[in-house]
Amino acid sequence: MTETRDLVKGNEAVAMGAIDAGCLYYFGYPITPQSDIPEYLSYHLPKVGGEFVQAESEVAAINMLMGAASTGIRAMTSSSSPGISLMQEGISYIAGSEIPTVIVNMSRSGPGLGGIAPSQGDYFQAVKGGGHGDYHLLVLAPNSVQELYDLTILAFELAEKYRNPVMILGDAMIGQMKEPLLREPPGEIHEYPKEWALTGAKGRPQRVLKSLYLKDGELTAHNWKLHQKYETMKESEIRFEELMTEDADLILVAFGSAARISRTSVMMAREAGMRVGLFRPITLFPFPEPQLTAMAKAGKRFFVVELNTGQMLEDVKISAQGNQVDFFGKPPGALPTPEEIFEEIKKIYPES
Amino acid sequence: MKNSVIMAGFGGQGILLIGNMLAYAGLEEGKHVTYMPAYGVEMRGGTANCTVVVSDEPIGSPIVGKPDAAIVMNLPSLKKFESWIKPEGTLLFNTSLVSPEKQTRKDITVYPIPANDLATEMGNARLANMILIGAYVEATGVVSQESLINSLSKVISERNARFIPQNIEAIKLGARQINPSNA
Repeated sequence: MTETRDLVKGNEAVAMGAIDAGCLYYFGYPITPQSDIPEYLSYHLPKVGGEFVQAESEVAAINMLMGAASTGIRAMTSSSSPGISLMQEGISYIAGSEIPTVIVNMSRSGPGLGGIAPSQGDYFQAVKGGGHGDYHLLVLAPNSVQELYDLTILAFELAEKYRNPVMILGDAMIGQMKEPLLREPPGEIHEYPKEWALTGAKGRPQRVLKSLYLKDGELTAHNWKLHQKYETMKESEIRFEELMTEDADLILVAFGSAARISRTSVMMAREAGMRVGLFRPITLFPFPEPQLTAMAKAGKRFFVVELNTGQMLEDVKISAQGNQVDFFGKPPGALPTPEEIFEEIKKIYPES
Repeated sequence: MKNSVIMAGFGGQGILLIGNMLAYAGLEEGKHVTYMPAYGVEMRGGTANCTVVVSDEPIGSPIVGKPDAAIVMNLPSLKKFESWIKPEGTLLFNTSLVSPEKQTRKDITVYPIPANDLATEMGNARLANMILIGAYVEATGVVSQESLINSLSKVISERNARFIPQNIEAIKLGARQINPSNA
């Protein structure tokens, strides 16, 4: 490691990534465990010519974000589970209107007010919809401070590339932990053409960003167009990480903080002579279904570990196409330890 | 080398601060580090703990079920974490607030240190955390004392920089509890 690395909190890495990606506007409302993001940006955005706005509520924040991003500038919001729930209407409108935005959910525990402990209970909300209508967010699930930074930069790119809201789904664990960060801003920010952006119609035809389509067949066509976009994402944007899966008899499947803890459990299993690997989806939508299906067809058995009672599990089961899938879920309250997951591995590891 | 430690005490005792220091010291030595705080909705007087892992290899979990060591500053933390320590691991605990007979494990190396009393003798009771982290680094050698001292400027704001010298003295006093010949 070089001395350019600094010890950085996960939430701050998100904020640094946003600044380095050229994000100029932030709208949000404070909530634990992500308030370090607005705190950092309130100080640093004005210094780069941007604006930080503390909205009166999450509902206001998401609508301010929709308005600002409609002009083609890079903008974001962040919140945590209950706040993200409040934003769902706006997120649906943003998806329908195809406005590039970045939304960070450092999720905490639910349902309802729940608690402030880490949880992965928002997987369904992030991946399957959350708001009304037939839409998808592109969902990125970082598992380290470095990845929080790198994926935040990528999130702004992908949002513009697909004209789609991108969600970064973290939780209280990776948002609050500190690790060394190598902050390497991208040399040049890739600008996508923005012939949709609302920049003032003087001297050019009017542009409209909307999600309301009332003419005969118009909305059908719009939905199919969105669908095609999601299909393109599935072809081009699946990201994942594999650790010792090749010779594995059992593959742990986990994302974000659960993957981070599971990594040590996998190492413990290897030290005990068990052929165990780890598959970590980095994009939750698009989900790495083809990769998991290929492994299932090669006879691999999956063991899903989540900080909930079984959400990504459903996507792994679809991917496994009938192969056995085991599950260890830990709802919020206390995080599982690597030792605890290792004990579960021992219970189900196939006898040879 | 991979070393994990849980530090625990009351909110306000400076647990998270010394956790940060150890992580910064490891970073300065080019090691992989993770710092994971755990706290509820409490303020001063509640409980706080953090886990720090310092390793030559990339670190998987920042959460540790069986730490190599624990630094314990109050009784609730001893009750909670003493059983977590790995066999042959290390425990440093604050005998100013925890009476030694409360400590039960025999299969670990134990360093009872009257951290608050020593700090009060130095003239500032709030230095108890520095005494314990100084002792921990001396006892385990996870990082050098020099790196630990260098981390002070990372965790203490410029406004409070005038307090750094007495923090250094407290670290050294802590080290002398382990090894009296240590300057």
